[in-house]
Amino acid sequence: MSAVIDYAPLLWQGLLTTILVTVLSGALCVVVAFAAGLARLSRHRFLSWPAGIFIEVFRGTSLLVQMFWLFFALPFFGIQLHPVTAAVLALGLNEGAYAAEVVRGAIASRAKGQTEACIALGMEPALRLRRIIIPQSIPAMLPPFGNVMVDLLKNTSLVSLVTVADLTFSAQMIRSTTGQTTAIFLTILVVYFVLSYLLTLLTGWLERRFALDRKALAAQRKESRLMKVGAA
Amino acid sequence: MIWDNNFAISVFPLLLEGLGVTVQITLLGTVLAAVLGLVFAVLRRLAIPVLSPVVSFLVVFVRGTPLLVQAYCAFFVLPAYGVSFDALTTGVVVIGINYSAYMAEVYRSGIQGVPKGQWEAATALSLPGARTWGRIILPQAIRTVVPMLGNYLIQMLKDSAVLSAITVVELMATAQAIGSSNFRYLEPLTMAALLFLAVSYPASRLVNRLERRYAPQH
Repeated sequence: MSAVIDYAPLLWQGLLTTILVTVLSGALCVVVAFAAGLARLSRHRFLSWPAGIFIEVFRGTSLLVQMFWLFFALPFFGIQLHPVTAAVLALGLNEGAYAAEVVRGAIASRAKGQTEACIALGMEPALRLRRIIIPQSIPAMLPPFGNVMVDLLKNTSLVSLVTVADLTFSAQMIRSTTGQTTAIFLTILVVYFVLSYLLTLLTGWLERRFALDRKALAAQRKESRLMKVGAA
Repeated sequence: MIWDNNFAISVFPLLLEGLGVTVQITLLGTVLAAVLGLVFAVLRRLAIPVLSPVVSFLVVFVRGTPLLVQAYCAFFVLPAYGVSFDALTTGVVVIGINYSAYMAEVYRSGIQGVPKGQWEAATALSLPGARTWGRIILPQAIRTVVPMLGNYLIQMLKDSAVLSAITVVELMATAQAIGSSNFRYLEPLTMAALLFLAVSYPASRLVNRLERRYAPQH
């Protein structure tokens, strides 16, 4: 255990990098998911086809290959990315492609009557999407989005292979200097487990927060309280 | 010219060999994961004191930690206790156990989906536990689970690239080795990506068809 305590600052630095990479690529993932998911649903072929190709390519190839490609192959085109940039781009685009399918599925499964009502009310397609369809789809998206985010968090460990000094990278460094393999790796396993558990808690909270019947439930509670007061 | 076609063609056979290892890892890993996942799911369902909660925790723990770190653990920690296999075996076992945690969840939903009446009928006929599971519950549970297993197989194909980090010489490691020895990463990495796509895309089409075929018929 002594290695873990001696090298705690290094592990802490690694943990911060892991969290930074998770947050940055998580943000990119959400943007990519909505952009590609909505484009996939578009009636215009010049939007939906590229989005479809993007989704299939990034879902069909390995994340590690994509990361290495951005880091090692892109310099042949004269573009040298910082390791963190390459890592965040690969993670965000890869998980974004998975999340795009979530967005597409959630929106495609909305009740058709909602769209018809919007058309009947003369809403523009953009307004319809922004005010009616997307807000209604968010509760359906949240549980699978939570899974994607936990996946993303776990996949940040791969960034250590393109020289980003994250938690796994620090652990490898400490392992090679101290040789206390068991203590180090068990520690970071637990740290990753705690992080992904926290992420599940956050998703659960968001799910309750965005539940469609939240307002209805709150109103019901208020009403029943009033009834009780009235009865007393 | 950025893309060197001759170089690409010359390394293609090597990459194909790597792809062969990748497919081999995936198939073996899937078999292991399918069997272990079933064992875990049944153990959890049986609610045996101590054992079932431990299995449940292990499943959640494996799902909450990265495959890469699990692979490092198996590769660096186990030999310290005198247990060592070659990289390929370690890789297959690690990825198999990792996916068994996900598959346990799939089986669980499959078992839950079997109507309660089936259990009651088995009890009414006083079938022993093993036959209830083996002849009544599992055949019905697994039917709905087949397409999900296919999805995990495709996922595993791509995840097996992670095992290159513990020196398993599969597609990714081959591409990387070619890249570093020739100082040209563009061709091997691009072709590795295309090879992954060439296997996983038709496979996912196939799974989509399976999904329709094995859809629950209620």
